[in-house]
Amino acid sequence: MPRPGFVLDVDRSTPPILFHHGEGFRLEKLPAGRSRVLYPAEPLAALDDVDAAIRETLLHPLDSDPLPALLRPGMKLTIAFDDVSLPLPPMRRPDIRQRVIEAVLDMAAAAGVDDVHLIAALALHRRMTEDELRHAVGDRVYDAFAPQGALYNHDAEDPDNLAFLGTTDQGEEVEINKRAAESDLLIYVNINIVSMDGGHKSTATGLASYRSIKHHHNVRTMQHSTSFMDRHHSELHHSNWRMGEVIKNAGVKVFQIETTINNDTFGQSGPMSVLAKREWEWTGRDRATFVAMQAGLKRMKGSTRRKIFNGWQAPYGVTSVTAGAVDPVHERTLAHCFEQHLVEVEGQTDILTLGLPYICPYNVNSVMNPILVMCLGLGYFFNMYRGRPLVREGGVLIMTHPTPWEFHPVHHPSYIDFFEQVLADTTDPIEIEQRYEKQYAEDEWYRHLYRTSYAYHGVHPFYMWYWGAHALQHLGKVIIVGGDTRAVRRLGFKSASTLNDAFEMAEDVVGRHPTITHMKNPPILMADVT
Amino acid sequence: MIRDDLDGKRIAVTGSTGFLGTALVERLLRSAPGCELVLLVRAGRMRSVQQRAQREIFRNDCFDRLRAELGGKAAFDELVGRRVTVIEGDVATDGLGLDEAGRALLASCDTVIHSAATVSFDSPLDLAVEVNLLGPTRIAQTLNELGSTAHLVAVSTCYVAGNRRGAAPEILVDQSPFWVDVDWRREVEGARRVRADAEAASRTPARLAELMEEARRELGAAGTPLLAAKTEQRRQTWVKDQLVDAGRARAASLGWPDAYAMTKALGEQALAENRGRVPVSTVRPAIIESAWAEPVPGWIRGFRMAEPVIISYARGLLREFPGVPEGTVDVIPVDLVVGAICAVAARGPANEDGSPDITQVASGSANPLKYERLVNLVQSWFGDHPLYDSAGQPISVPDWGYTSRGRVQGQLERSKHLLERAERALQALPLRGTQARWSAKVEEKRDLAERALTYVELYGAYTACEAIYGVDHLLGLQESLAEADRVEFNMDPRVIDWDHYVHEIHLPSVVKHARVRTDGNRANAENRSDRLRRQVLSPDRQMAAFDLENTLIASNVVTSYAWLASRRLDGDDTLRLTAKLLAEAPQLLRLDRADRSDFLRHFYRRYEGASVEQVREDAAEMLSQLILTKSFPAAIRRVREHRALGHRTVLITGALDFVVAPLAPLFDDIVCASMTIDDQGRYTGQMIDVPPTGESRASALFDFAAAHDIDLAESVAYADSASDLPMLEVVGFPVAVNPETRLSALARKRGWLVEHWSKAPGFTPPRLPLSHAR
Repeated sequence: MPRPGFVLDVDRSTPPILFHHGEGFRLEKLPAGRSRVLYPAEPLAALDDVDAAIRETLLHPLDSDPLPALLRPGMKLTIAFDDVSLPLPPMRRPDIRQRVIEAVLDMAAAAGVDDVHLIAALALHRRMTEDELRHAVGDRVYDAFAPQGALYNHDAEDPDNLAFLGTTDQGEEVEINKRAAESDLLIYVNINIVSMDGGHKSTATGLASYRSIKHHHNVRTMQHSTSFMDRHHSELHHSNWRMGEVIKNAGVKVFQIETTINNDTFGQSGPMSVLAKREWEWTGRDRATFVAMQAGLKRMKGSTRRKIFNGWQAPYGVTSVTAGAVDPVHERTLAHCFEQHLVEVEGQTDILTLGLPYICPYNVNSVMNPILVMCLGLGYFFNMYRGRPLVREGGVLIMTHPTPWEFHPVHHPSYIDFFEQVLADTTDPIEIEQRYEKQYAEDEWYRHLYRTSYAYHGVHPFYMWYWGAHALQHLGKVIIVGGDTRAVRRLGFKSASTLNDAFEMAEDVVGRHPTITHMKNPPILMADVT
Repeated sequence: MIRDDLDGKRIAVTGSTGFLGTALVERLLRSAPGCELVLLVRAGRMRSVQQRAQREIFRNDCFDRLRAELGGKAAFDELVGRRVTVIEGDVATDGLGLDEAGRALLASCDTVIHSAATVSFDSPLDLAVEVNLLGPTRIAQTLNELGSTAHLVAVSTCYVAGNRRGAAPEILVDQSPFWVDVDWRREVEGARRVRADAEAASRTPARLAELMEEARRELGAAGTPLLAAKTEQRRQTWVKDQLVDAGRARAASLGWPDAYAMTKALGEQALAENRGRVPVSTVRPAIIESAWAEPVPGWIRGFRMAEPVIISYARGLLREFPGVPEGTVDVIPVDLVVGAICAVAARGPANEDGSPDITQVASGSANPLKYERLVNLVQSWFGDHPLYDSAGQPISVPDWGYTSRGRVQGQLERSKHLLERAERALQALPLRGTQARWSAKVEEKRDLAERALTYVELYGAYTACEAIYGVDHLLGLQESLAEADRVEFNMDPRVIDWDHYVHEIHLPSVVKHARVRTDGNRANAENRSDRLRRQVLSPDRQMAAFDLENTLIASNVVTSYAWLASRRLDGDDTLRLTAKLLAEAPQLLRLDRADRSDFLRHFYRRYEGASVEQVREDAAEMLSQLILTKSFPAAIRRVREHRALGHRTVLITGALDFVVAPLAPLFDDIVCASMTIDDQGRYTGQMIDVPPTGESRASALFDFAAAHDIDLAESVAYADSASDLPMLEVVGFPVAVNPETRLSALARKRGWLVEHWSKAPGFTPPRLPLSHAR
């Protein structure tokens, strides 16, 4: 029986706590008596027979006819699937998308459907490479569809392949992939690694264009999403749901398939398994593994370290597969997500500490640049709450990450310029949005690289910044421990060389003897703050 | 009263664009309102004499006081228009190069003040002879031809007395007991022959070969036209150096500190012989420095003799300067010299027969400034007002050592040679970017050593000159003046308070004119690169041309070939291809260094038989796999900045069209190489046009600009190596990107913007440019 997540009150006997620190780790002793550590739940039991579960839900979907009943010869069928940003880290083969897509294709073949397109629903993310597509859908599917041009990446800048479907009652324009919009059936295959994913956001964002996405990917929306991990209190999701309504009313029939995975990120054995264990339960062997790992990493070149970490694929177990109409499917999925992630926490804290890992949704097989560090900490991790933020208003966020001044030249060209030009000028999200977004979003060169190379859209670094807008508004100070001072300063944060220094600096804002809460993530946890 | 004496007089002035001449014109206009001036000015290469006079005389801050007193520019211009006539003339030409109108005007003058001279202490011997020696004679001869008996006031120098100790009274040069009797005519002939000999020697095959080699060493493979221009420039410099050396040697052999003093001395003698019926007065100033009182204290023009030495010392470059502590430095403020000249002009010839009378304007006998005192004053002043280095740190001045000239020179020579050798060694290494800055440092040091050496060579002789110049005539002239004139046209060196002069007047003025950093505040002073960058990114620019390799991306034609070729190969074949390319590398490198076009022609044959469709398809993928990974993000950003400013962006490269096609959205135009295609859709390996390299890049740019109505002077070009010089030189705003040593040195010398751009930090592109076989 997996143990749930829990809150540890730090006392003098508490061993040092493991902090993620990019492609490395730190052991940090937290002050006794006023610190607590949030531990994620152990991995929930996985489904024994995933394929059977998939078949079962396709045949008995929620609020929908069984899938075979929706398929007929001569119809236009489009299968959209989540891109390389999910899950994190990537999943060992076979990927759950492959299993679901194969089951769907089997039924389509049986029904005599021969006009099938598969589209990576990457919105404004970079295009997936052949290797990444093969990993997601499997070689069999790739070889059957890609050569004919029936398996491809969504192109949000292809004016010939976008369909405008109308506007919401709040004036939000809805424009999505034309093939998807004109299909008789759109099947969307999700991996819902966190509660932000899925629902109407899948189609309304994943297959949309900048024209459409800009209506909810902006500072105002993000500041009113408290949090964007909590679908019912998230303006981001409200907007997507309104768009989902427009999509439905335009006659697009969406058959939603959502899947959840458990917290088995680092495996139950092997060198990484120690990362998922609670420190006081480390065996002598765990300790030795950790010491050896630290020593080994220290000796490696940065690029070698990155290669090793990027090579890690998680042995996740699938905990649910749900198909049918978007809303009921998503509600059930949320329940599965929360079951794995939620940890009840009583009261807010003065200082929130985070150990940032080597990966976030936008640097798979890539480089975690400083802007992504900001987004992971202030965007994703800060928003891992339900109720109210883990840290009080005006409190301090301390994150550990090397934050190197490093960029991937192919994946993140507009990030480089954003860092050199925009952030050198201002770090205020509203000012950035007003003064720079349009120019980057409509830039011809970035558009060219997004469409023909493997670059994130020109506007993407702005979204990273907006993702942290709620946290920026809420926090009194942000400190990065062990980061490149120049890069940290460019982000508008303070740099400290040790955690204790950071605590000292934080006292200027929150006063003497502040309460401290460390959120030990990953594996993923979400604070349910009362 | 001088003002009355000069009332209604017409005075011709030569050398009015110089330091003394400008001050003289100003004083005559301001303090002798009844006189008219005729200025003899040499025509510039680009400007008429009127334009030159406006630019080089009347715009000078010397006239600020008069302008203010008159109540503004309009009144001043009116005054100049009414009282000043500018005519074209050149004292280095027989007949002064005057036209008829000029001759008539000169004939109508009552007084001629001749202050034109080549005062540069390192002027070539023949030039010094033409101007300093023959100039006064030519003026006297012309006046005689015109039937004029105008009073000729010739400005000479105290140093005509030569290097010697003791009193040097106000007597004719050949009346001195130390006069070495030389015939000035022989010296003229000699100087002209040295010029002819040097010109001939510079054209011998051996010398020309050497000069060409030097040019190549400096510019690298810059193409024939540029190398030719550089060689000719070096030849002329060589000839000039020969003449400077000859002048210095001849002067030293006769006991003068330099060719300037020698030619001035012989010029006095020649004038005495050739003056005909023209009455002559000679005024001999010592070392003229900034003004004591008129028009304003501290007024100075140009960078004069003592200033470079003082600034070099303040910068910590010169630690020792030859000289004896108890020696006298004969400095005289410019306004005292002007006062003396005006008084002499007003008085008229002193001798009844019109034979030259002499007035020396010097401080050494009446109010001497000792070398030690000057040094102490300078040192203490810079202690309180230090200059700042480029890092904003104050520079502490060294204790000045007194030493002999030989010792300093020896030291400097040795360090200069050492640095020269280091510089040459560094230039031979294939360095780029940051490393190339080492050589910049060495070069800078060598430059400093060289400059210091020049100062010591030039001015050292003067500090060794211990003559004391008599000023009896000067003091007598001052005595004879009316009370008011004694103040207004003061020439008495005894009024100078040296402490006040050095600390409060001269040094502040020198520092101001030297444009050196006088505070540590970095924010105020815009750094040079920022200023150049702002010019490059000004909306006024019209075009920005970019080289590709090592300017936008750290890659080359061989890399892209290797990538494309290996894309369709399996593992073993890839290995073989790599081995083959590596084996050929030295030969390719040699070919590339010798001639870029030949190299490209030779190398592109490899594409023979490649399928056009396949190559194009692969090239699209190469953008992500190779080109972008090796690109300089700052460079790409710069291209885009230019575009955003509305500049036309052009890529000029020897790379093939399909390689650069994915970069098309960055540029308005791409000029590149392309190959012919056979009827089966395969590349032939033959180029359609000469690939744009070397000079052909310059002409490509030229043609492009002409076709699109673009002004190259308003355009920017970015390139990385000396072989791109032709392209960089045709535009108004060249930028050297990650320059190799040679271009780095050139860019610094010419004040070009240098950019150091690097690949995206933290990302390591694959070591070998090989693609995965598909």
